[in-house]
Amino acid sequence: MSAVFEYPTSALEIARAVRAGEVRAREVVEAALERIASFDGALHCFLTVTADAALAAADAVDAVVAAGGDPGPLAGVPLALKDNLCTRGVPTTAGSRILEGWVPPYDATVVKVVAAAGAVAVGKTNLDEFAMGSSTENSAYGVTHNPWDPNRVPGGSSGGSAASVAAGLVPLALGSDTGGSVRQPASLCGVVGVKPTYGLVSRYGLIAFASSLDQIGPFAATVADAAALLDVIAGHDPADSTSLEVGLEPVSRQLEAGVAGLRVGVISDFLVDASPSCVAAVRAAAEVLSRAGAVVEEVAIPALMLGLSAYYLVAPAEASSNLARYDGVRYGLRVDGPDAAQMNARSRSKGFGPEVKRRIMLGTYVLSAGYYDAYYGQAQRVRTLVARGFGEAYEHFDVLIGPTSPTVAFEIGAKTQDPLAMYLSDLYTIPTNLAGHPAVSVPFSLSEGLPVGVQVLAPTLGEGPMFRAAAVIEHGADPGARGPIEPRLAGAVR
Amino acid sequence: MSLPVGADYLSILRHLVALYDTGVTEGFSRDDVVYVARLARLDLEPSEVDLYAAQLGSILDHVAAVTGLDTTAVPATAHPLELANVLRPDTPGPTLPRDEVLSQAPHAEGGRFRVPPILGEAP
Repeated sequence: MSAVFEYPTSALEIARAVRAGEVRAREVVEAALERIASFDGALHCFLTVTADAALAAADAVDAVVAAGGDPGPLAGVPLALKDNLCTRGVPTTAGSRILEGWVPPYDATVVKVVAAAGAVAVGKTNLDEFAMGSSTENSAYGVTHNPWDPNRVPGGSSGGSAASVAAGLVPLALGSDTGGSVRQPASLCGVVGVKPTYGLVSRYGLIAFASSLDQIGPFAATVADAAALLDVIAGHDPADSTSLEVGLEPVSRQLEAGVAGLRVGVISDFLVDASPSCVAAVRAAAEVLSRAGAVVEEVAIPALMLGLSAYYLVAPAEASSNLARYDGVRYGLRVDGPDAAQMNARSRSKGFGPEVKRRIMLGTYVLSAGYYDAYYGQAQRVRTLVARGFGEAYEHFDVLIGPTSPTVAFEIGAKTQDPLAMYLSDLYTIPTNLAGHPAVSVPFSLSEGLPVGVQVLAPTLGEGPMFRAAAVIEHGADPGARGPIEPRLAGAVR
Repeated sequence: MSLPVGADYLSILRHLVALYDTGVTEGFSRDDVVYVARLARLDLEPSEVDLYAAQLGSILDHVAAVTGLDTTAVPATAHPLELANVLRPDTPGPTLPRDEVLSQAPHAEGGRFRVPPILGEAP
């Protein structure tokens, strides 16, 4: 390693140094692999580490640099992939026994796109099974520990990706956000997490949970790094029929634009029941924006509070349909039986964990004859009310802010016996998914040594103003409230 | 409905759970669970049936907050984007290699997936 180069450091600094020939991508990737080897035994962020492939990819980046070519905007940046993103030749489990040992025959579009930009995938990260959960405790492969306190959860479902960035194992990671699964773990781990506008990032190769809500998004330690990764992964993909054809002006170029005159609404409904430290963070962030020239006002959007109920009817309904494909025939686990139906049922019962079974049954129930309109149809109409509530607010505001999560990271095991309490972790993130909008969680302050994130929400394709506000909030935040940190490992329980 | 300063996450969540408790549904019986599990192709242990009856009843009770709303004039949203059918030109393109796909199947034979009898015929 070059004497001046220290790891961990920001993705943009790594890419700059690799492109300038000041450090080799191989050195950076070796440093990432060393850090993973030092800490991941205790943290368990990764389900698979692809060291050999990562070193080969780093060598390829170095060869491009040596030949005077363009190695891409993320040249040599180590990156972690949530294990529900398909990787050709690399096991992909979605955190489920039913996919144990499955090796996808193709790459997700985002996996190809980040590699083409010079980023180096170093492994696959832990998650709640099929991304269903808010703590990463629903993984069939063990829990991930929060680097700020090993006895607490990292949030979820993209907990492995969030914790890997917080612990400085990698500067960038990808997750997926169906109801808050990028933003909530980002908030609990003190990193930036982005849920882009629905359709901005291709879902091809993302193992489906709820197709009208799922969206892939970046994790990074800084707003600028998250913007750089979003700019790389945003774009039309003919392989995803819900992919947007409109382009987005790169957000990286807008970060310095400031918030003078930006109209910011503080969602008052989100301040009623959140913990005092989360409310205080939002109020302080509002003050930071106001001092920077934004016009800040409180706004009530009561329809947003209907989001949670609608979500827990819509998402399980879509999940019950998407997960019907796990039938023991084409891939994954099979438990044999005397006929196909019994083989299906035995395979699914053995392969799926309790939370996945709960959601499949809930979804099957609300879609079944006699209940469809009362539950699923009604939830779809309430989804319209949520979108209208946002729409009316965005006539007066450019962006909205609120807490990301109602609480800081909770203790491992605290909510595993109470699914409903777990669901409430996503109270403030879910409305964004129902409306298809973007939102970002920015680390802001500490509460009893644990990070608190502030959420910035924007309308469809409002990523530009959203990132401008996020950059200003980050500038006014407690720098001690964000990763990368040296992980706290003492007393970790596996 | 404000909380005391210093309230911990568990008291906050209990507070939130109480807010969402509607008590309007009739709950979930063991028969409901068995019926839904059959539709969803799941074999449940008797202990699982009891557990899910309690948990699904509790979840439904809370999400049922939306069932009482008057939404007669509200259209449904199935999807955040107003998409028409997205079509591509009907031209052949590369597909995944058959052997690579079949290598991931629990049972494959003669270039095909092998499954147990579907309609009760002899294997």
